[in-house]
Amino acid sequence: MKIQEADAKSLLVAQGLPVPGWEVAHNVEEARLAAERFFAAGAQQVVIKAQVLVGGRGKAGGVKLASSPDAAERVASTILGMDIKGITVRKILVAAAADIVKELYMSAVLDRADGRILLMGSAEGGVEIEQVAAANPDAIVRVHADPLLGLLDFQARQVVFAMGLGAHLKAGVAIAKGLVATMRAYDADLVEINPLAIVRELDAAGAPVKRLVCLDAKVTLDDSALPRHPELEALRDPDEEDPADRKAREAGLTFIKLDGTIGCMVNGAGLAMTTMDLVKRAGGEPANFLDIGGGARADRVAAAMRIILADPKVDAILVNIFGGITRGDEVARGLIEARAVQERDVPMIVRIVGTNAEEAAALLEEAHFTTAASLDEAAEKAVKASGGAAA
Amino acid sequence: MSILVGPETRLVVQGITGREGEFHSRQMRDYGTAVVAGVTPGKGGQTALDGFVPVFDTVAEAVRETGANTSCIFVPAGGAPDAVMEAAAAGIATIFCITEGIPALDMVPVVEVVRRAGARLIGPNCPGATSPGSAKVGIIPGSIHREGRVGVVSRSGTLTYEAVQAMTDAGLGQSTCIGIGGDPIIGTTFLDVLQLFAEDTGTEAIVLIGEIGGAAEETAAAWAAEHLRDIPKVAFIAGRTAPEGKRMGHAGAIISGGAGTAASKVAALEAAGFRVADSPLELPTLLRDAGYRG
Repeated sequence: MKIQEADAKSLLVAQGLPVPGWEVAHNVEEARLAAERFFAAGAQQVVIKAQVLVGGRGKAGGVKLASSPDAAERVASTILGMDIKGITVRKILVAAAADIVKELYMSAVLDRADGRILLMGSAEGGVEIEQVAAANPDAIVRVHADPLLGLLDFQARQVVFAMGLGAHLKAGVAIAKGLVATMRAYDADLVEINPLAIVRELDAAGAPVKRLVCLDAKVTLDDSALPRHPELEALRDPDEEDPADRKAREAGLTFIKLDGTIGCMVNGAGLAMTTMDLVKRAGGEPANFLDIGGGARADRVAAAMRIILADPKVDAILVNIFGGITRGDEVARGLIEARAVQERDVPMIVRIVGTNAEEAAALLEEAHFTTAASLDEAAEKAVKASGGAAA
Repeated sequence: MSILVGPETRLVVQGITGREGEFHSRQMRDYGTAVVAGVTPGKGGQTALDGFVPVFDTVAEAVRETGANTSCIFVPAGGAPDAVMEAAAAGIATIFCITEGIPALDMVPVVEVVRRAGARLIGPNCPGATSPGSAKVGIIPGSIHREGRVGVVSRSGTLTYEAVQAMTDAGLGQSTCIGIGGDPIIGTTFLDVLQLFAEDTGTEAIVLIGEIGGAAEETAAAWAAEHLRDIPKVAFIAGRTAPEGKRMGHAGAIISGGAGTAASKVAALEAAGFRVADSPLELPTLLRDAGYRG
């Protein structure tokens, strides 16, 4: 699960990381009041940032500076309601603009290939790390945390020195360890600070000091771990979750909406992807990825059918079940149940093999379903049945 | 001949008294696997599978009393990492973890603990392995198999069944079929399994079934190019039409930043001498084209 920058920053602060203050505004008035508070506290400028979960918001015009409360109000009114890659901006973050001396990069990520937490640092921050990795791989330093002990102090120092942060050793080590601590505390897959920045600030006596701070934060959480972090569920942004996705999630289904016309219902992620691929190969366009999971009962199947049919573009449905832990007759019962109450009739091609396939076949025959023996045949029949593909 | 499971397998099922554990233990025994023990803490002294299988409180006891050398774990996600480490500590050599939904960071120390114990973990979130004609461990339906000499390795569950069924229907039997699991952190990779198949005299051809995300297929392909040059090899990659940035069910199956695409995997496999199928149903034909006569 992706979370908004402001929420990610809250998690970092809770782990003791240095993040300059911010406020979240939902409308122009809140933005103005927030900006007034930052100016009153001595800010020369404020930065206003769209809170959306898609990348590239800066390029899209979703991050802007303002030098007065009036300007902040104007900027807020342009960013709020803006469309960034299909997402409407409903919240903005307001903060004092930092006086940046240097931008760097640091992240902690779950490295699948090595099965460990990987800490990455770079003296080249503020740009996309993939670009740095492609253009100048040596500019990124990588250290794997110990799988049993976590990130050790000397490992953190190694990264901090390699980033040229010798003058900020203590702060740098604290941030490096803090990123890994944040990952472990909330079961994050990724905690990324870009930019991590050396900023010029005034100390209590008004003297200029340089400080290392986290100016941005990106955190993604491991969905499998959410059940043990119920407080993080509140960070799920309802504005950015499609209603169909939410219904699917609540029904225990994995659903991803696509643009085509053929609704797919499959058990197992690999087989669901394959079914999509074969629909496409047969000349059709899948309307969705939908995995009913292992051991689905009739009610889950019926819920899946409702979600598929809620998409008005769907004009044919392909059901592909290879029973193992899932029992074919349960799926057949769910399909029959769903069809009895559905409001819209679309052609349905059903293929059920594996556990209890014979019982399923008898049920489907009695209910006059169109069936298919093989996966390729099922895909071809579904494409033929779909008007969208013929057009 | 086979790898990981076979006639020497003496299986302890952790979580044998649960719904799935009980059901699949029965299936495994009916297939011919020596299910010698079950473990459910607090139920030691009871029996499972109609009185035929003793249940112990700990894996250590099960090993001591029955000589179990392989474990199959059906424990829910909250307790599964501990169950894996308990098996490793008890001296179990081969540990299959079927459980899905384990938080990825929980598996990081577990994989290390298993490695230090000198054991092998398959999974989590995997369907297990079958060596047709001798034993199956996990949840793969026994009926889809046929004895033979093709080694099958896959990241998926039901997609594996699909491919194996296609092989069996075409008369191509299997030495061992293994699902390594779709999670980001797993104990045994494609590369590990290819290395085992390379050593196995009973395996004369390879089927690799991958999916988008990560680079495990590419890594395995690079090794196969050098070490499995003369053996017929075919592959299938799921997710060719998956859009970037969307996680396709498996925690591992996502294309991000242009990495992990099906195109990259297909190219790496073809460069390594694999014939790559457009549908799982084409795998048997391609294997014949590659010169396999088994």
